[in-house]
Amino acid sequence: MSEAESSWARAATCLRMLLFAPDYLAGAVIRMRAAPDRDAITDALHPLAARKLHTTISDEQLFGGIDLSATLGANQLIEKKGIFLARCTALLSMAERCGPELAAKLAHQLDGDRGHCLIALDEGADPEEAAPPALSDRLPFHIAPDGRRPVDWRVVPAGTHARHPQDVTVAPDDAMALAVLATTFGIDSLRAPLLALRVARTLAAIDDREAVSQTDLETAAGLVYPHRATRVPEEADSPEQSTPPDSSSHDDMSEGSQTKDIPHGDMLVDAVRALLPDDVLARLVPAGTTRALGGKGAGQKRKGNRRGRPLPSRPGRLDGRNRIDLVATLRAAAPWQPIRRRVQPKASGLLIRPSDIRVKRYEDRSDRVLIFAVDASGSAAVARLNEAKGAVELLLAQAYAARDHVALISFRGIGAELLLPPTRSLVQTKRRLANLPGGGGTPLAMGLQEASVLALQSRSKGLTPTIVALTDGRANIALDGSANRAQATDDAERMAQLLRLQGFQALLIDTGARPQAALSDLSRHAGAQYLALPRANAHALTGAVSAALEV
Amino acid sequence: MTQPFPFSAIVGQADMKQAMILTAVDPGIGGVLVFGDRGTGKSTAVRALAALLPPIRMVESCPVNAPKTADCPDWAELGSKKIVTRPTPVIDLPLGATEDRVVGALDIERALTRGEKAFEPGLLARANRGYLYIDEVNLLEDHIVDLLLDVAQSGENVVEREGLSIRHPARFVLVGSGNPEEGELRPQLLDRFGLSVDVRSPNDVAERVEVIKRRDAFESDHTAFMSHYTAEDAKVRDAILKARKRLAKIATPDAILEDCATLCIALGSDGLRGELTLLRGARALAAYHGKRKVHRDHLRAVAPSALSHRLRRDPLDEAGSTTRVVRVVEEVLG
Repeated sequence: MSEAESSWARAATCLRMLLFAPDYLAGAVIRMRAAPDRDAITDALHPLAARKLHTTISDEQLFGGIDLSATLGANQLIEKKGIFLARCTALLSMAERCGPELAAKLAHQLDGDRGHCLIALDEGADPEEAAPPALSDRLPFHIAPDGRRPVDWRVVPAGTHARHPQDVTVAPDDAMALAVLATTFGIDSLRAPLLALRVARTLAAIDDREAVSQTDLETAAGLVYPHRATRVPEEADSPEQSTPPDSSSHDDMSEGSQTKDIPHGDMLVDAVRALLPDDVLARLVPAGTTRALGGKGAGQKRKGNRRGRPLPSRPGRLDGRNRIDLVATLRAAAPWQPIRRRVQPKASGLLIRPSDIRVKRYEDRSDRVLIFAVDASGSAAVARLNEAKGAVELLLAQAYAARDHVALISFRGIGAELLLPPTRSLVQTKRRLANLPGGGGTPLAMGLQEASVLALQSRSKGLTPTIVALTDGRANIALDGSANRAQATDDAERMAQLLRLQGFQALLIDTGARPQAALSDLSRHAGAQYLALPRANAHALTGAVSAALEV
Repeated sequence: MTQPFPFSAIVGQADMKQAMILTAVDPGIGGVLVFGDRGTGKSTAVRALAALLPPIRMVESCPVNAPKTADCPDWAELGSKKIVTRPTPVIDLPLGATEDRVVGALDIERALTRGEKAFEPGLLARANRGYLYIDEVNLLEDHIVDLLLDVAQSGENVVEREGLSIRHPARFVLVGSGNPEEGELRPQLLDRFGLSVDVRSPNDVAERVEVIKRRDAFESDHTAFMSHYTAEDAKVRDAILKARKRLAKIATPDAILEDCATLCIALGSDGLRGELTLLRGARALAAYHGKRKVHRDHLRAVAPSALSHRLRRDPLDEAGSTTRVVRVVEEVLG
């Protein structure tokens, strides 16, 4: 079976289980772009009769409230039923746009004992764009099949002889194997092994077996763990082999030290490892995990009355700057009509008092994000990397006070890497920064390219990006990865011009021992400010940056 | 699963459990904030807390759970005035809650159908004499937070709007939980929580396995599991009740008071709330352990949770504030 076919087969297994026990398994994340293939999957889930949610859904729709028009008409209280009032299956479309507030509310519903099921349709394009981790952590499956759907693909419904998953017995060893396996793959959340156990039970239940078998455990681990894995377990016997995901290498004689105490551990590890996403080694934090890079940080929001995503309206006064929410105002006034009418029997029309006025509010994100592109090449590493780190830390302290976001890109060797997407989380930033490695060539062009991509992304999210590049300026790796100094300098210049064309505010800090004419040229190309800081310490650097940014 | 996961069945997380027990012994400590990664059992522990709390005596129909008829607010239209025993209220404040639902508002049903002006009490009224639990507290809307701060401080909820003028007691213990990666909490709100604990996923494999086993037993073998741990929970509850009785008699040597002050000065914690909470926490711990007076060990055990969230935030400190507290405690107390 080809890889695409087997991934579709896994998707079918997931769907089959979901159809069989939606309340027990709680749902899945389906990460696909809207396409006929995804429609095939949602069609397969049709028997669940899912209610559709969107990311701007109001609390009233979710949890119910007073149906004002019906109440007024009937002259007695009539409540609107919320989606989550009874057990239901919800389909959240555009889950990658779902904010932490809605995610928290949905997660709360999933945690309850009502047996709700949530299918999150994640259309994220970039790894950073993903369904909120609060949800993906609670949902066992991550369905993201590769390639086109096989022609004969379909979901076989479970037979009628199935039993309830909770009636399946699990040996204590099985639970242990799953728990140990989760730690082997660096999965911190304890929900993962619990969900895997549920999946294993469901597998056995569908086949009407009394106990969970080894195959069930393997399948369950293979479905629940791969997208959550944050590291690949080392193989004790082949240290030189750097890419372990190879299902065909069955090494019977040896086991990693961590896997020794797992019953059938090696087989389980293999089962999961074979399914690890390809980029787990490259990025070490794959999409959709609980520790995804995609953390939006706290996402500083600003509530305004002009633009952005609408928020529930609030009581307020019309001061000429805000806008009235007419419907909400009428709703607020409606209950009072009988009482007010009694006081003013002669007045005509609706009786509206200033206290009824509701004002519109919008949520707006337009914060600054500081994108640090740090040169971690061999030439810079020795002398200045620690200073650069120190400077970023100090700036982070200021950014924290100013509620700015910070992103971190490092470039060295033959590539640039996004170490930290825009975030305000101090915890994450400190972790990433401490682990910043150094050495290799200076792919300045790649660093600038990565920074401009990130800046574009941030701008599309409504942030105002500012690029701060710290380098010693000896670009020697071209965009195509070749070690060609002339080409590298040209590429760096082109990227710098691109930055200027896109109109990003930028700042170039020369950390070389002597100021470089080439770098000051480069900053002109980028329309950036240039700061030469021979022998700067972290504090001097911070002072310079703050001064430059305050213009 | 109508019953929550039992408190005594929670594996590990000693800090979190200790903090919860301490506020149950002395509600005056002022609540707990639990911050930690996903899937560490934060909300499980808070929901389990309800089973540990001793029941309260209250007027049956009173909307604010008053102990005597005389204490019931005058706007309440009382039905039965019988004094009944009820479990301590643990009220969930959902994230999407509107101002109306939190503080109470006009009773729309009566206004619409009978044209009467009546007050419908909100969550704050129901939480009086009990606990108010906010999951994902760092995502709460600012205006609700402001409201809560005000009420938590004054112990009274004042509603002056929509032609209503109502006040009622709202003394409750705030319990919050959240994930620091999703946003920070304002220092003013942080300070309102007496104790704060950081929880992490256990690193010990045996501990993790035990968590999985118990959770699985809870789901699949519910009755047997519950009957075992309900008895365990009852033991903890008895210990809490005994500690409450003993609490008033706990002696606090002057040396301990000095230690408290020295600790807080060394840490540079804002305000005096740190000292007070530290002392109350240590007394509650001494009472829970059946001691007659507060000992330095009690201070040592309580200090991280009582002080770590009151320090000025230092973004450059790699280790985090808990480690800082532990370090200073070692320096000061030896």
